[in-house]
Amino acid sequence: METLLEFFRTYATAIAVIGISALLALSVWLTLYAGQLTLGNAAFMGVGAYVSALLGRHLDTPFPLALLSGALAAAVIAVPLGVTVFRLRGVYLAIATLAFGEIVRVILLATPITGKGQGLNGIPPKTELWHIYLSLAVVAYVLWRVQGSTVGRAWAALREDELASASQGIDVRRFKLASFVIGALIAGWAGGLSAHLTFSIDPSDFGFSKAVQILVFAVVGGIPNVLGPIVGAVVFTALPEILRPLKDYRDIFQGLILLGVIVFLPRGLVTFLDVRRTRKLERIGAADVA
Amino acid sequence: MLLETAGLTKRFGGVTAVNAVDLAVDERTTLGLIGPNGAGKTTLINLISGLLTADEGAIRFAGADISREPAHRLAARGIARTFQGVRVFKGLSVLDNVLIGAHTRLRPDVLPRLAPTRGRTDPADALALLERVGLARARAGALAGELPYGDQRRLEIARALASRPRLLILDEPAAGMNPTESLALRSLMRSLVTDGLTIILIEHDVRLVMGACDRVVVLNFGRKIADGSPAEIQRDPVVREAYLGSEDAA
Repeated sequence: METLLEFFRTYATAIAVIGISALLALSVWLTLYAGQLTLGNAAFMGVGAYVSALLGRHLDTPFPLALLSGALAAAVIAVPLGVTVFRLRGVYLAIATLAFGEIVRVILLATPITGKGQGLNGIPPKTELWHIYLSLAVVAYVLWRVQGSTVGRAWAALREDELASASQGIDVRRFKLASFVIGALIAGWAGGLSAHLTFSIDPSDFGFSKAVQILVFAVVGGIPNVLGPIVGAVVFTALPEILRPLKDYRDIFQGLILLGVIVFLPRGLVTFLDVRRTRKLERIGAADVA
Repeated sequence: MLLETAGLTKRFGGVTAVNAVDLAVDERTTLGLIGPNGAGKTTLINLISGLLTADEGAIRFAGADISREPAHRLAARGIARTFQGVRVFKGLSVLDNVLIGAHTRLRPDVLPRLAPTRGRTDPADALALLERVGLARARAGALAGELPYGDQRRLEIARALASRPRLLILDEPAAGMNPTESLALRSLMRSLVTDGLTIILIEHDVRLVMGACDRVVVLNFGRKIADGSPAEIQRDPVVREAYLGSEDAA
């Protein structure tokens, strides 16, 4: 018991970061599940982080309300953005959303109220571990239940074949946009939690490398179900800690592990759980991320 | 008149794929659409099902002008289709394929499903449809991509029927089928028309077209060159020329 408490005390920050990573991974999983490759979620996280921190600082907004405002701000921005970028597909869509991320980063760098390059410091540490894990539980549960609903099936159909989906009466644009906006909402919420965990934020926290990191969590974890992104986030956030004894060789081993997973489990870590189904999917050449 | 097109035209760059086509399909009949490769048959049904928008002309369905409506809304109006070369959702289960076909009929159930006790959509209708097109219920859990090609065809028809359409468009449904399967398809089509459905059939299998259709329209280079009963079409010299070349050339 004592050792367990000791463990939690030592790794409290790491455990919190894992939970936030898992939320972010789920936020991008949602669009991947609908067959869309988007890389804007680091920026949505940034919007949530800055909006919630600034509201708390300047307007004394209560923490839950600040979090919610941050998440909603990200979702509101996602609507016109989604309407515009979903004219594109595949890598073009990915690049367009990446460009949006850069725009957000540059705006944060240039605006006085966001603290320019220094970012915001002295954000009150209001995020508790249970805030993060309750959020994660709720989001994971909702997404898991949505999978078997009419909406979840429509997303899966989009991933398989857009043209055929449209012919079955699925409003392709609306469903794509819905997955994008809900993903932004989750990422914005995670951003608010993260800002009130780390004391300070600056624009570089929400740039290109963050966007790629979030994508790696989701893809390496696996897209078939909501467990995938969570597993991916846990493994790839904990890995640097576990590999710490390797010192200078840490990054090399981390890269090798990532490579190994992609080569041997291309559909994600969780496909371990259902190898037979995965083999079948590979054999029939179904949609790549399925 | 269930479906009517007037002067329907679609161009791709310099090519006029469909050129001023007038079409009229009566309720509860089967219309055959034939023509050499590249005659514009698939483009024509892509226009009717809303996957393409016409450059000129109008389409009326059940009394409404649907010329500018997108595919998903036409599906809700009662136009269902299959695709040339099969486009089932390979990575999803057979049952899910049919349930997605029923998308326009099913009530959105996201919120009710947040209750942990709420089950998935009742599959009874979907399973009955599978049986009707000749697929075993036992296969409902299989991945669609695992099915043999002929069964994927049948599944695609079941998926189209799941929306309870008024008009069913079949794009080369018998390609790759053996004579027995082709015969089964013919009797399925007949029973669907008896139940009140209207069918447009694109097919190269002449025996199937002549046997299953009440009327046949022939396209060549995007134009309608003949329109009549199967017997009239078989006798038509213009049609013979389109398929076999003119006598001068021979």
